[in-house]
Amino acid sequence: MSDDNLTTNTGQPSPASEDTIGRRGLLKTLAAVPFFGVFILNFLKKKASDDARKQAILEELGVVEGGPAVIPEAISRPPGDRIRVGIIGNGGEGEALVRSAGFAHPDWVENAREANREDPRNKALETYLYQDDLNVELTGVCDVFDVRAERGIAASQVQERSGDAPQQQTSARRYLRYTHMLESSAVDAFLIATPDHWHSQMVVDAANAGKHVYCEKAMTRTEAEAHALYDAVKASDIVFQLGHQNRQSESHMKAKEIIAADILGPITLVETTTNRNDPWGAWVWEIHKDGNENTIDWEQFEGPAPNKVPFSLERFFRWRCWYDYGTGLSGDLLSHEYDGVNQILDAGIPHSAVASGGIYFFKDGRDVPDVFQAVYEYPDRDITFVYSATLANGRNRGMVFMGHDASMEVSGSLTVTADRSSTRYKEKIEDNVIRPSMPMFTYRPGFKGIDAMTSATEEYFASRGLLYTYRGGRRVSAYHLHIAEWLDVIRNGGDTSCNVERGFEEAMTCHMATRSYLEGRKVTWDPVRRRIV
Amino acid sequence: MTQSEAVTEDFGLSKWQRWTLVALQILIGWHFFYEGLAKLLNPYWSSAGYLGEAEWWLGGFFRDLAASPSAVAVIDFLNIWGLTLIGLALFLGLLTKPALIAGMVLLLLYYIVAPPFPAYSYAMPVEGSYLVVNKVLIEFMAMGVLLVFPTHRLFGLDRLIPWPGSAKHQTKPEGAAQ
Repeated sequence: MSDDNLTTNTGQPSPASEDTIGRRGLLKTLAAVPFFGVFILNFLKKKASDDARKQAILEELGVVEGGPAVIPEAISRPPGDRIRVGIIGNGGEGEALVRSAGFAHPDWVENAREANREDPRNKALETYLYQDDLNVELTGVCDVFDVRAERGIAASQVQERSGDAPQQQTSARRYLRYTHMLESSAVDAFLIATPDHWHSQMVVDAANAGKHVYCEKAMTRTEAEAHALYDAVKASDIVFQLGHQNRQSESHMKAKEIIAADILGPITLVETTTNRNDPWGAWVWEIHKDGNENTIDWEQFEGPAPNKVPFSLERFFRWRCWYDYGTGLSGDLLSHEYDGVNQILDAGIPHSAVASGGIYFFKDGRDVPDVFQAVYEYPDRDITFVYSATLANGRNRGMVFMGHDASMEVSGSLTVTADRSSTRYKEKIEDNVIRPSMPMFTYRPGFKGIDAMTSATEEYFASRGLLYTYRGGRRVSAYHLHIAEWLDVIRNGGDTSCNVERGFEEAMTCHMATRSYLEGRKVTWDPVRRRIV
Repeated sequence: MTQSEAVTEDFGLSKWQRWTLVALQILIGWHFFYEGLAKLLNPYWSSAGYLGEAEWWLGGFFRDLAASPSAVAVIDFLNIWGLTLIGLALFLGLLTKPALIAGMVLLLLYYIVAPPFPAYSYAMPVEGSYLVVNKVLIEFMAMGVLLVFPTHRLFGLDRLIPWPGSAKHQTKPEGAAQ
């Protein structure tokens, strides 16, 4: 290209040597052109090979990478009639539901604003304010703890409403007993977020009173309660929604598409998990400083609980630690994981269940296990479903569907990885089109921009699509969408995504694990008598 | 041709010194150009993940940027086209000096966002082991070398531009190029 003498001529202004200068100068001027040519050649080659590989994979799979899953519109029509809502049980979960319906407590707004000032990635307030105005009124609050009832009333008067809704004119009224609220003509529909032992009775009473219900999971505490609730809802015209907000998760919907497209091949094992490692995640919740026998209606709290005990702040504020009020991991977190699997696979109630575990870390007087495993068999579908949980380790393990041809991991996002020994992808693996060492398919809802999570527990939920999901690339609270769906069905008819049929399946599946653990034996489901045996 | 003119054209550099400088510029141009194109063609690429991990002096500022979708969109655009155009410029030796300066600014930003200081750890994967010095810093310094040496006069389309003080100033370079 050049030599030592080459450059020496170019400075000559003499016309006589212009030709030489021109040629040599040109060489130096365009020195990079051959390299540029090599670059372009390699670039086009790589791009063509990448494109062909991607095309071949997508054609083989018959799905669109990153394309939107089929998402049912949360609100099919603008919310016409105003619906008057009452909350029963305005604790942590209850407040979250009320907030998702458009009524945050003023303190929450202030805290969220402060959190955003400290860390702009915290977008809880923005997400709340951008929620649709669901055209609901918060007219009734019932809680056995005075502080929480007052907080519900304060929320009904919050100035910062979702979707620019105006401040509610009249404040919500407190009812000392939920039955009084059921009788009231001022409330059309109920959010129930009490401890599990109250769910069945409340839903049965609401159904008999013809009031719509959004009920938190787990649906019931016992098998008998599940039957009672199911029968009452079926015999009524009410719209029932069980609080499994994962039903709104975009990645779960995409997962369902992938199963339908048979990309995984025969699935034999589904593994779901819970790993948490903080006291909050193990239900060691804060005992409110104003909680005492005068501010808490203990007798009403106990209600249908099987064992009546003297007033206990621990039991009131950390009720999930006792079988008297819930079913521990089974009803709290297995129920979510199961409903996710049920949503994706239409699994139904399993044939059998074996569960084991123990109280291995939080030896604080609780009677529910903090380490818990359940194994379910679906012999009709040749699938085993495993749930594995510990509350004393935070290792991230996702929800994995294992097929002969590929594995799918579902969390907030979704990845599908081909199996090394797949029959279906054998040729493409040999041709290096599909590489078993990396995902052949990734679905990332809301992949632009990142959101900060405020705690390990929240991160856990987010990773499972339980807190937020995405619609059109924007972060939306899954709770909000789930409530919006319920209200839409009340107004316009149709069916809720987690109706009483799905709820019955959830309840029975969880109760099978609970009974297996408590009775130390394998239990089976009798589909004819609809009983656990 | 006089001896002094030869020195002006060679800038007192040996053949191998000139060759390695030119090669270094082409390699860096290649790297920038492909980094830009690869991001341009990847619909999933975003600077948010990198910015979201920001530490050190301006960590808070960069994390704020990562949190704002509109800021991220602007940064992504500037970064993608910055890399692509700087790469192209270095590759072809066109506007070499401004391209080198712009490239150094970009690299310095990358370094400041996530410096490999012992106190910081990052979730994003790296392909080597770094203590204070990483490849970003080395590439930054390599571009500094190109900048302080008259690399832009050694090769490339810049030779067609009659820079003031250049030996080509009085010639008719346009004509020479045809």
